[in-house]
Formats: sequence, structure tokens, C-alpha cells
Amino acid sequence: MVLPDKHGKYEQYGGKFAPEVLMPAIEDVERGYNEIAKKREFQDELNYLLSEFAGRPTPLYHARNLSKQVDGASIYLKREDLLHGGAHKINNTLGQALLAKKMGKKRIIAETGAGQHGVATAIAARALGLECEVYMGTEDIERQKLNVFRMNLLGARVIPVTSGSCTLKDAINEAMRDWVTNVEDTYYLIGSVVGPHPYPLMVRGFQSVIGKETRRQIMDKEGRLPDKIIACVGGGSNAMGIFHEFIGERRIELVGVEAGGKGLDTKEHGASLGLGTDGVLHGMYSKLLQDKYGQISISYSISAGLDYPGVGPELSYLVKSGRVKVSHATDEQALKAFGMLCRSEGIIPALESSHAVHQAIELAGSMNVDDIIVVNLSGRGDKDVYTVAEAQGVKI
Amino acid sequence: MRLKDKFSELEKKKEKALIGFFTAGDPNPSSTIKIAEALIEGGVDILELGLPFSDPIADGPLIQKSSERSLRAGMNPDVYFELAKGIKADIPLVCLTYYNLVLQRGLDSFVRDCVSSNISSLIVPDLPVEESTPLHEACLRHELDLIYLVAPTTTDKRLKAISERARGFIYLVSSLGVTGVRESVSASVKPNISRIRAVSGDIPLAVGFGISRPAHVREVADAGADGIIVGSAFVRLIEEHSDNINQLTDKVRDLCMDLKKQTKGR
Repeated sequence: MVLPDKHGKYEQYGGKFAPEVLMPAIEDVERGYNEIAKKREFQDELNYLLSEFAGRPTPLYHARNLSKQVDGASIYLKREDLLHGGAHKINNTLGQALLAKKMGKKRIIAETGAGQHGVATAIAARALGLECEVYMGTEDIERQKLNVFRMNLLGARVIPVTSGSCTLKDAINEAMRDWVTNVEDTYYLIGSVVGPHPYPLMVRGFQSVIGKETRRQIMDKEGRLPDKIIACVGGGSNAMGIFHEFIGERRIELVGVEAGGKGLDTKEHGASLGLGTDGVLHGMYSKLLQDKYGQISISYSISAGLDYPGVGPELSYLVKSGRVKVSHATDEQALKAFGMLCRSEGIIPALESSHAVHQAIELAGSMNVDDIIVVNLSGRGDKDVYTVAEAQGVKI
Repeated sequence: MRLKDKFSELEKKKEKALIGFFTAGDPNPSSTIKIAEALIEGGVDILELGLPFSDPIADGPLIQKSSERSLRAGMNPDVYFELAKGIKADIPLVCLTYYNLVLQRGLDSFVRDCVSSNISSLIVPDLPVEESTPLHEACLRHELDLIYLVAPTTTDKRLKAISERARGFIYLVSSLGVTGVRESVSASVKPNISRIRAVSGDIPLAVGFGISRPAHVREVADAGADGIIVGSAFVRLIEEHSDNINQLTDKVRDLCMDLKKQTKGR
């Protein structure tokens, strides 16, 4: 059976749990995605933007030094960090911004955690001539000043969010409130495989170019598919982007790596798939970090992009069905992997992606030299150098 | 008391329903019953008691802050139902909360707890009609009215589906946006009321979001609503006078009386 079903459900997960004011707008987006985005003309225009503007295809790079260092499986890096804007996020923002434009919307709004989705939205808005406003928690604004300034340079307005925990979940709340108010001329460009249907499906659709390229590239280089594919999971868009192509390849182990924060035995982590329970947040039924009454917990991670108490509904389903394995990396482990990749390969990864790199290093050591691991290197780490310097006690 | 009986009682008295909302537990659980009594003394016909959620996406800053204050003061569903039981008045009590809180308690348990706390209906603003079947059925089993929201953007097709399930009253969101205090009532309320009635038939129609002053209440009553919902204006009083419960209840009662006057003789 092809999931999601017509109600946007992946078994019990997914759906559309949104206020009535938004339901007609959500239906419009669904119609737009099914009708406009499936057309040849749309696809051609998007492919043009992805290749000429964003820099696709991205390389699948054999990390020889790192592979040698861990003395096990060959590690390949899918270099989404080389995309315009510095992360995989632009695959989705170009797709949705183009859709918004074709739907006749003049203004796009977005939420952002690390600022990567905000930057990618600001870029897409400029490229397509749309007005852009980005909601960002004040906590994240503090952690990611560089990205805030980048958004400003790109002509987007960053709106600080001071409610709740002042992070990504609150930015989503605020963006939804804006959308409720301005639904007639505004398109809400969600940055991950979360939210009400059709967003999880649509964002996965725009991100699945990652997996499609990976298949072609690994066949060219190795003549076979990899043994394991590893991606970090916050909301889950880079993970679904690379996993989706390989769901049917049962032999390949798909591993999602969540934010272990200060440890899963503390309350400071972002492991919604690992430790969460079923519930409804941000328009979707999924795994959430919450208390017994259903109040949403405050998540934590050193990387703002993984600091989210929910996760995409399709990932909740894939983990429940056993198709995707879930793991985690703590702040400390992610920082260590960050340093290793910098020194071994000359690549500065995003702290988010460093979680996946950690898991690859862990697993590769106990595998054979003929085995292949692909890591989705979802973003570059320039934005994180202040955080890393601070963790190392260095003033810059 | 059931909503149906209240609306027919009001119809006989030629009055519209004044529906008052505030968040239970704000500023603390011990003031909730006193605030509820002040509203009832002030003449509220139906009382909506909010059970706060950590992420209230349909609410503006006033109710968001109110929810945060209440949660910090220790509000949870167990405390909530105890408080509801303590409200002694013969008017319908409505529980307003977000779906995750209902889900986590279990649909049947939540609905049963409502009924045993004298609550006769339930509003869940993030539960649209396409996802409401399980809760709808639980409400039918225990005779609780599940109230649906409709918006100016609601299409006739959706309106039809909602009308088929609606019990108690239909909650019309006056204008696009979140809850809050606004300067004026949207001019679209009147045409929206006619449009909705043409599809929904006899079920009472109550209008909310942004209604805070006696003039607003008069305007919405003139536009043909059966009920007028005022929330953020009371919540604002709670925010401003949280340190003095007597002053607070006086202000709440006074505002309520001023609003209620506008609903009489109709």
C-alpha cells in the first residue's frame, strides 16, 4: 500500500489537525501540490533552479581519510553542504516558493530553528520575487546571529518569537498564527516533513532528489547500493530526503540519528523518535516529547536544527514499523565527530549533520572494509563555529 | 445544564446568549471558582472554561500568556475537573482545550470526566471535522456536545459536513486571525451569519474572536447571532488585576453586566 493514504495518514500518524480557519488553505496547498507541482512545466522550471541556481547535483564524496581512520566500512558523504545557502533546505524552499508563486501568493512566511531554513526561504523568495518574513525564537536568534544577519541581507524580515521556550516549536506556533490571520495572500512555507498533510508528503517529495541522486552516484562509483544510510533527524527532512528512495530496498539499513543533547537519561535532549509518545502537535499526529497530560516538553540540543520536541509523521511510522532504526548522538559526541571530519577531510559539517557523522564512525568500525555507508551531510558548519568555539572555551 | 435548554430558555426571554471565557487556573487555581462566580453574577449565560495547552496555536498573546501563567501555577486536567465540579451554578459549562490533552487522557476518559464535572460540551479548536470522528463518537456515547468552529474561509462543502455533526452551537470565528481584543467587529460577520445559517439550519450560532466591548456585543447581536463569545477581554482583566482578587472579581462582574445588557430585549 502506498502511504500516506488520502487523508494524509501513515497508519495512525500524520493527518490534518489544524484550526478550521486554515483548513481551506491547507486544501489549496494540497490541490496546488497535486495539480501544479506535478506538471512537466513546473518540474522543468524547478530542475532548472536546482541545477543552475542551487548547485545540484551535489557530489557523493568518498571520505577516504575518515574511512581509513575508522578502519572499517567505506564512508561516503552526500554533500548537501555544498548547496547554495549551505544546506539541503533549499531543495524544499525552491519547490514550495515556486508553488506559492504559481498559486498566486505574494508573501511567504516561514519558521526557522538553526536559521538554515530561514536563509533558504529568503534566498528562494528573492530568486522568485516574493515577500518573505521568517519567525525565529529569541533563543535561536541568540545562538545563530550569523544566519539572522544573512536573512536580513537577503531582504527577509526576521520576526523574533518570545512565547514558550523561544525556539523552533514556538516559531512554528507563531507562523501558524500569522497564516491564520493572513491566509488569503500568504503561503506558509514549512521547512521540514512536519505539519498537517500535505506538508510532510510535499517536503519529502521536494527533498527526495537527494536519495535519487545518491542511488545513481553510488551505482556509478561502486556498482552496488550501500549497506547503511545515515541521516540526522530533527523534523526529519534531510532523513526522509535520502531514505525515501531506498525504503523498498529492505537490505539497506536506514538509520536516523536524533539529538542526544546532554544524554537520554537527562531531560535535555531532542529524541522524539527514541523516547517520545504519540500525540498531536503542529497539525500532525506523531511522536512527541510530552508529559503525561499532553503538555509539550522543551527539547534541547547544541544544534538548533535538532532542537524540536516532535518529528515528521512518516518517520514515526517508519520507526514503528521497524524500517528505520533510530539512534542518537549527544552534544559531546557530535562535537567530537565535527572535529574529526574537519581534520580528516577538510570539511566543516553543520552540528546537525555531525550527529550523523558520529553514528557513521561508530558503525563503520565494526563493519567490513567492503561495506559501504552513506551519510547525508545535510549542511555546512560555518554557522556553528561560534557555538563550537564556545564549547572549546575559545573566544573569537 | 445542556446548551439546547439554555438557548430555548433565552429565546423565550428574548435574549441572546452571553458566553464568557477565561483560562482555568489563571492566575492560580484557587481564584478560578471566584472568577467563575463573578461571571455568573454578572449575567453570563454560558461559561467556557479553558484548559490550557503549552502550544495554543489558535490563540493570540493574551490567552497565550494566560495559559503560561496557569500552567506555571500548577494547572493540569486533574485539577481542572476538580475546579469545574466546584462551580455551583445552573448554566451550561463548556470545556475549551486542544486535542492533545484530550488524546492523552483517553477520549472516553476525558469525555466522562467532563460529564461528571457538570461540563456539558467541549470545544477543540485544532480538531477539524475530518479528524473528529473518534471524539465525535465518544461524545455521542456520553451525551456531551462537541462544538465545531467555522471561519469566514470555510467553504460550503465543509460547512455542510460540519453542520451534520454540530451539537450545542456552531462557533463562528468573526474574522481571520487568532483570539484577542480588537478595535472593531469585522463587517463580514453579518453576511457570514446568513451564509452559515442557510446551510446549518436551526442550530444556534455563536460568534467569537475579537469581541470585547458592549458596542461589539450589540453589533454582533444585531447581525443575528444567537450567542456572543467574549474571552480575551476577561483574560486581560485577570492579567491586570491578578494581585488583587476582590478588585479582579469586581471588574469582571462589572464588564460582564455591561456586556449582558446588550443581549436583552431581542
